[in-house]
Amino acid sequence: MDLLEFQGKQFFAGFGIPVSEGRAVDSVEGAVAAAEAVGYPVVVKAQVHVGGRGKAGGVKLASSEDEVRTHAQNILGMDIKGHIVRILWIEHASDIAEEYYASFTLDRSAKKHLGMLSAQGGVEIEAVAAKDPDAIAKVWIDPVEGLDEPTCRAWVKQARLNPAAEDGAVDILLKLYRAYTEGDADLVEINPLILKPDGSVHALDAKVTLDNNAAFRHQWGDYELTQVRDEREQAAHDKGLQYVGLDGYVGIIANGAGLAMSTLDVVNQVGGEPANFLDIGGGANADVMAGALEIINNDPRVKSIFINIFGGITRGEEVANGIVEALSRVDITAPIVIRLDGTNADQGRQILEPHLSDKLQMQPTMLEAARTAVALAGGTPS
Amino acid sequence: MSIFVDENTKVVYQGLTGSQGRYYGLLNRDYGTQVVAGTNPKKAGTDVEGIPIFASVADAVAETGANASCIFIPAPGVRDAVIEAAEGGVEFIVCITEGVPAHDEAWFYNKLKRDFPNVALLGPNCPGIISPGKCNIGITAGHIAKPGGPVGIVSRSGTLTYQALYELKLQDIGVTTCVGIGGDPVPGTSFIDCLERFEADPDTKAVMMIGEIGGSAEEEAAEFIRAKMTKPVVSYIAGVTAPPGKKMGHAGAIVSGGKGTAQAKIEALEAAGAKVGRNPTEAGELMVGIVREHGWA
Repeated sequence: MDLLEFQGKQFFAGFGIPVSEGRAVDSVEGAVAAAEAVGYPVVVKAQVHVGGRGKAGGVKLASSEDEVRTHAQNILGMDIKGHIVRILWIEHASDIAEEYYASFTLDRSAKKHLGMLSAQGGVEIEAVAAKDPDAIAKVWIDPVEGLDEPTCRAWVKQARLNPAAEDGAVDILLKLYRAYTEGDADLVEINPLILKPDGSVHALDAKVTLDNNAAFRHQWGDYELTQVRDEREQAAHDKGLQYVGLDGYVGIIANGAGLAMSTLDVVNQVGGEPANFLDIGGGANADVMAGALEIINNDPRVKSIFINIFGGITRGEEVANGIVEALSRVDITAPIVIRLDGTNADQGRQILEPHLSDKLQMQPTMLEAARTAVALAGGTPS
Repeated sequence: MSIFVDENTKVVYQGLTGSQGRYYGLLNRDYGTQVVAGTNPKKAGTDVEGIPIFASVADAVAETGANASCIFIPAPGVRDAVIEAAEGGVEFIVCITEGVPAHDEAWFYNKLKRDFPNVALLGPNCPGIISPGKCNIGITAGHIAKPGGPVGIVSRSGTLTYQALYELKLQDIGVTTCVGIGGDPVPGTSFIDCLERFEADPDTKAVMMIGEIGGSAEEEAAEFIRAKMTKPVVSYIAGVTAPPGKKMGHAGAIVSGGKGTAQAKIEALEAAGAKVGRNPTEAGELMVGIVREHGWA
């Protein structure tokens, strides 16, 4: 789950990391009131789940009410790489002496946490890494050992931060590591981390991605409200399904991420275009199957539906019952092709047998089912 | 032979009294796996269809001689369950549970490595392991696998593991061991761990490796194949057409910043001498070709 900047700053503040005072607003009048409250000058910042806001004109400095009004008007509703700005963050502007970069994430190869720190911040870190890899100081942290202060101090020295920033940076990095681990984040990033003329160090931006799998031990309800999903994705999310909307016309339901991805690949290979990726997961029952079919059925661009099931923990008879239930519950408009193998597949096929028609077909293999689904959608399978 | 497990493997099921644990524990026993115990601190002294329930893994090991464990505990309890299994004295832990927080996985991976170097963990979020005819731990449907070799299978994806087994079964080709390592960020057992064991296993003549987009595990495996494997490897990588930046399912397979693409993985594997099929069926056909050509089955 990706947090907006202001949510990321709230998250950081909860771990004692210094951030600017500010207010989140969704109107011009709200922006003016927020500016009065935090004190001029202020920065008006677009809140979207995408980088490059500054370049797109979504971050502006304002020294007066008129300026706040103008910038808020311009930025609200702005389209930044397909993300419409609906929320602004108004914060008191900071004096900046230097800009740095700091982050923690999981290094899947090393199977350890990776901290990255650079004296070159405020720019795209990928560009820094490409031009001058030595400009980024890295530290690998064993999750069992954790990050201690001496290691952190050596790391800050290695990154060649201004000595004036050392104490402040060490303090923030230790807190940021706590936010990352105790907060169950996939990524925490501060860019820029700033040194102010008075010698204090401060998080001027916040990028946080939380691990949805850890939601059971946190209160993340408010963050959920700002997640960007199209209608289809929201409907699927409400039913607890893993769904990604695509641009084609063959609706896809499969059990397991690997099989669902493979199904997309095969549909493409035979000359079709998938309308979505829908993984009903492991152990899906009849109700989940029926819900998945409803979602696909509500998508007007879907011309045919390909259900690809290889049961392990998912049981064939449950899948079949779900399909039968969905057929009786909703008027499925697009023809369905199903391929069913694995646990209790024979039982499932027997359940489906009496319901087979032009609108519900069964195929023995993934490839044949993909060809049939593409043909039924009006395509010419290769 | 087989890797990690064989007909002598005795398994304690952590979570045998839950609905999934019970269903698959009994299914595994029906298959022939030595399911010797279950654990549940509140139900110690009872049994599930004759399988005794103990308060802890340590108790189960002491009483039954279990040397492996299978975890069917819900995600919030997995971190403790893995450590309980290691402390309890088993050598091999299979964790089926999906949805385990990444920080928990990273933590117990390193904890095992440091404090229990002789314990191997498979998963979490994996389908388990099957050595056809000998032992099936987890959720793989036993009847889709033919015993006896000559092929070893290792896979990041559960359903594609079954698909691979099935493609070979249709051609009457057997499997020594099929290991589902799972698609989570920090799997306990890696492709390389399995490739190493398959290379050393005299009954395994060729290896099928199923990967997917995201991360760099396939590239690392490719380097191992190039440097160390003398046996032929056939591969399939799922997600060639997956859109960048989108998270594909629970497993979290994602192409980010141009890294972890299926194309890069396919190229690395082909450069290392592996044959790569464009879909599971094609990969199956490539493997059948190799097996027939050498007269291994």
